[in-house]
Amino acid sequence: MDVLQVRDLRMRYGTTDVLKGVNFVARPGEVVTLLGPNGAGKTTTIEILEGFRMRSAGEVSVLGVDPARGDEHWRARLGVVLQSWRDHGQWRVRELLNHLGEYYRPYSTDQLARPWPVDELIEVVGLTPHADKKILKLSGGQRRRLDVAIGIVGRPELLFLDEPTAGFDPEARREFHDLVHRLSDERTTILLTTHDLDEAEKLADRILILAGGTIIADGSADELARRMSTEAEVRWTLDGQRFVHATQDATEFVRKLFREHDDAIADLEVRRASLEDVYMAMVRQFESGQHDAAVREFAEVTG
Amino acid sequence: MTEGTNSWLHAARVGLRRGGLEIRHTFTSSQDLWNYFFPSAILLVVMFFMRGAAVPGIDFSLGSRTLPGVLGMNIAFGGMVTLMMALALEREDGTLLRAKAVPNGMVGYLIGKIVLIMGMTLTSMAIVLVPSLFMLEGLALTSVTAWLTLAWVMVLGLIATLPLGAICGSLFTNPRNAGVIMLPVMGLVAISGIFYPISSFPEWLQGVAQIFPIYWLGLGMRSAMLPDQLAAVEIGESWRHLETVGVLSAWAVAGLVLAPWVLRRMARRESGSSVAQRRERALQRTT
Repeated sequence: MDVLQVRDLRMRYGTTDVLKGVNFVARPGEVVTLLGPNGAGKTTTIEILEGFRMRSAGEVSVLGVDPARGDEHWRARLGVVLQSWRDHGQWRVRELLNHLGEYYRPYSTDQLARPWPVDELIEVVGLTPHADKKILKLSGGQRRRLDVAIGIVGRPELLFLDEPTAGFDPEARREFHDLVHRLSDERTTILLTTHDLDEAEKLADRILILAGGTIIADGSADELARRMSTEAEVRWTLDGQRFVHATQDATEFVRKLFREHDDAIADLEVRRASLEDVYMAMVRQFESGQHDAAVREFAEVTG
Repeated sequence: MTEGTNSWLHAARVGLRRGGLEIRHTFTSSQDLWNYFFPSAILLVVMFFMRGAAVPGIDFSLGSRTLPGVLGMNIAFGGMVTLMMALALEREDGTLLRAKAVPNGMVGYLIGKIVLIMGMTLTSMAIVLVPSLFMLEGLALTSVTAWLTLAWVMVLGLIATLPLGAICGSLFTNPRNAGVIMLPVMGLVAISGIFYPISSFPEWLQGVAQIFPIYWLGLGMRSAMLPDQLAAVEIGESWRHLETVGVLSAWAVAGLVLAPWVLRRMARRESGSSVAQRRERALQRTT
């Protein structure tokens, strides 16, 4: 059975429709990334699935339960990684993980012992040297690793991460990516949001692009790249003069070019727009306020 | 059903331990230690200088007469103001959202908070009471009955004021606005006979004071710690235990009926983005 099922999910704040019919599923053990520009509704979507926000309309099932009616038993099977700020500053790392893990103990099953043994968990997130530090003494990166540890202390079957690497330096980001891979190896289903395509490509089995209130593309990074338009840009110089031409069929165009000019052609360059180029163009348009046009164009090239 | 009840009880036990840990944390934080000792020191100094003055009409130290009232007031402050500030602050910093994200976490959080406030109230009470017993004369805390009275007034007082603190803490979204509640509370202290008997006040003002728990907490503590002839300067020339239990219980029942509803409504609205919004706002203020 699918871990996540979202059908025609709608959300309206006042008179603004943020989500206009979102559809997707996530299968057990999958890492699914919800990618989209800021303000596209990623956080709203994930908060509805976490049971922290009521939806306006649509059908949602998370681990077989409607999150609007999820009980504590359902809650125990979920992990939510929150962006901490300065909560529990007086607590020590091991102390807090021990405490929060305790809440999961009644939800242990024969197959799955809850909570995660704390020292092992601290090792997994790389906080062993800091286990006895007060939380307010941790660096930003260490705190985020603690956030992840808190999110998975109950050994969740499904883990939510909202913009998990915001504010990370490149090294912390790489370490975090390793951690996500490790969790998905243990059959945890993961839904994470990001506005960074590079991150989505590195982590996700499947990328969902959310823009204009709907999912406008759904597939692996490879699939999305293959579905891209074949539009390419050809640059060359002829007798020292520069030329640029955009074409659907670059191979045929270059063949013609050589037939006509042969040796006179130099500095030939054929460049196909990458997924990133197209995605970035959409984000720029989206952020300059041309939402509908941006989404339509993107859907055309990827559809 | 039984599984639900069991995990609820389990969370309650985890909450008790949480409260214990949080009490321990207050002893290692310089900010919390300051909050314990600074107000207590001021009160002790005030009462030290009041010890020579006499209660009007009776040959009894005004300082000794004031001490129990101050302890009663501290219970009201602990229950109301401390819980209110804690809720407002911990909603802003995301502590509450974390509690909401773990199974039965809100049960554990609230029980932990109640244990913490009881611990803090007892600690600040001891800090004022112990030196006072040496410094002030005439306190009658020598019988078992006196200590029993002190215990029931304290417990009932906390049960009456904690739900009020929970309600107020849930209504303020910005902990810095929570300060506005302090003004009326200070006004109530002034008319509640904590520092001076109110039998000389106009009757309508006495009536207002007697609606609220602070007056009754002061009276209850005086009844526990002062010799019985001091009842003569109280309204009705009696300790009025029956009325004390009545008024405090009425507040407790009203609070316990309303508070869970207000708390649930407040908790339902907590989400990652609401915490992020408050964080943005708070950071903008500090920079």
